[in-house]
Amino acid sequence: MKKSLRERLAILSDAAKYDASCASSGTSKRDSRSGGLGSTESSGICHAYAPDGRCISLLKILMTNFCIYDCAYCINRSSSNVERARFSADEVVWLTLEFYRRNYIEGLFLSSGIIRSSDYTMEQMVKIAKDLRLKHDFRGYIHLKTIPEASAALIEEAGLYADRLSINIELPTDAGVEALAPQKHPQNIRRSMGELRQKIDEFSEPTFRRRRKRFVPAGQSTQMIIGADATNDATILGSSASLYGRFRLRRVYYSAFSPIPDASNVLPLIKPPLIREHRLYQADWLYRFYGFDIAEITAGRKDGMLDLDLDPKLAWALENRERFPVDVNRADKEVLFRVPGLGVKSVQSLLNARRYRRLKIEDLVRLKISVRKVKPFIVTDDWTPIKLIDRANLRELFAPEPEQLVLL
Amino acid sequence: MKVRLNARGNYGEWRKAARAALTNGIEPKFVDWAVETETYDLFGETASSDDAAVYEASEGSASTPANARAQAVLKPAAFVSSAFIELTEMAICHSDAKRFDLCYRLLWRLQSQKHLLDDPADPDVRALHGLVKSVRRDMHKMKAFVRFKETQAVSERRAFVAWFEPEHFIVAQTAPFFQRRFGDMDWIIATPKGSAAWKGARLHFSEAPAKPFELKDEADDLWRAYYANIFNPARLKVSAMQSEMPKKYWKNLPEATLIPELIRDADKRVRQMHERASSAEAPAFHRALKSRMTDRSQ
Ligand code: SF4
Repeated sequence: MKKSLRERLAILSDAAKYDASCASSGTSKRDSRSGGLGSTESSGICHAYAPDGRCISLLKILMTNFCIYDCAYCINRSSSNVERARFSADEVVWLTLEFYRRNYIEGLFLSSGIIRSSDYTMEQMVKIAKDLRLKHDFRGYIHLKTIPEASAALIEEAGLYADRLSINIELPTDAGVEALAPQKHPQNIRRSMGELRQKIDEFSEPTFRRRRKRFVPAGQSTQMIIGADATNDATILGSSASLYGRFRLRRVYYSAFSPIPDASNVLPLIKPPLIREHRLYQADWLYRFYGFDIAEITAGRKDGMLDLDLDPKLAWALENRERFPVDVNRADKEVLFRVPGLGVKSVQSLLNARRYRRLKIEDLVRLKISVRKVKPFIVTDDWTPIKLIDRANLRELFAPEPEQLVLL
Repeated sequence: MKVRLNARGNYGEWRKAARAALTNGIEPKFVDWAVETETYDLFGETASSDDAAVYEASEGSASTPANARAQAVLKPAAFVSSAFIELTEMAICHSDAKRFDLCYRLLWRLQSQKHLLDDPADPDVRALHGLVKSVRRDMHKMKAFVRFKETQAVSERRAFVAWFEPEHFIVAQTAPFFQRRFGDMDWIIATPKGSAAWKGARLHFSEAPAKPFELKDEADDLWRAYYANIFNPARLKVSAMQSEMPKKYWKNLPEATLIPELIRDADKRVRQMHERASSAEAPAFHRALKSRMTDRSQ
């Protein structure tokens, strides 16, 4: 018996939840004042939050969870006994539009298992995006996850309708991909990324003849699974840095490997390493926005793993105490960026405020800076951390309280 | 000097009174800002501040660019920066009764301290930013959490209504977002702090408090199915959810009714997942695929 739309929606959203991204920001600005339905804002909107704390911004579904590949970490792999379902292209279009009209979502994030062939599957996905744009004049956000091994021509066509395309690297090392996703080829994944980057560059070149066509305005991203194999954080971050550099990716998403129903027995049946995932995002952030090198971030760690108890910036500062304290009334922006407890915004307001006064601790309080956190690392007009920075137990000051044990 | 205001987010009424007080040289401590109740502007065609033309119309400078406009506003008594206008337009939407006094005090101080707003450590400036931040957050949550329900259409355009409960008087400020996004449908957003309506030509506003209503929309069930299944029970993090989706919004969110149950059953679902670990036999089509592959490679 054919499953109802609701039943299939349940199966195909369940299957999509292991994709970390739900971002809908950073695309071209458009709206429906000249017709059609939908708009984009400079930063995406989270329309709901699930009890896992994650933002729900897009209708994130699979077109189908049938798959001819057998990737060990994936719930949809051909050897899994998970319940299968498939949407028609029209159903995905209908769901997207009806969800959008009720203001549940910013748009669609579509991925899929592979049916028949990579190109056949990719064609179906492109058709959905194309119908949304051309038949229904939909102006909301569309993210398509490209199908591995799909032809460059199809990926290029997808780029005309999608705001963002992602090509998942899946695992941080080539050896990992070969071991756990035997039908995927890391060199092909990278080739697709390279081709896409080239297309994005071509389309963004100014032309005199006609109006520039829109081509994946929100760029490309990728995802890697963390904790399914033994790769350490230094290697993971190194892979990311190389991806950012070579393919100018907007984002690398880290997805803590999550136990899946009917898991393959080559994988660890553990709780997903959420803290580790969080630390990797923080380190990634230091690399992209705070001027840190990847090597610096993990330099002090013998096993190449980030400290789970401390955020990576604090860990770095404790390893590099000779650089502190920093005078907030004088230090350069780049130096302030490296003070634990100061974010990009607070650095900016410090720089503004110090044009008008010599900063004291109370000024920091007014700027909503956590004085407790920054005090050991800074000098203000009325404060110098005499010996704090040399204290051997500085780490204990920051590390979380040891957990109280209770009697069973 | 006593000033009576409707105090429902209309920037024009404060601006007019503030200008009068300033022209007459009345010090902030002598202005008493009082809130008058129950005089509403019923679906008049006032506009949002996005579309400042209405506030400007009386000045005869409707189409001047933002900078010139900002300076024209408080003539002849004073010049203020467009940043001041932008910030106070937001702050006036706040529900805190002290907002009028604070904005006037800042206006007064700006006359002798031109760069006052650039000093983020000044207590008044901080307070202003505090109000603005809270209003912005509320506007943002309105964009996120309004849920439209389909209702009987009166033309070939589809029609939707939403009931929402904002913290501040932000309906007029936020409505242009819905206009930009949902241009091809008719809609009404009704709230206790005023309402907005769109039928394709122009935005309409009412300051009057609306009454809540119940309406069923079948799509809500599909949305709930989606919400329940996109959630990963192995990653339960309730506090993260609640800080972004505070409970006060839950009662108008169709999906929120599921939350207690999803949280309660999370552990059980994860345990079941572990117990169901790797079943012995792969499905038939996997075996078929495998044999096809080996055929091919032979
Ligand atoms: S190809 Fe994609 S859907 Fe198919 S098993 Fe691999 S990861 Fe899963």
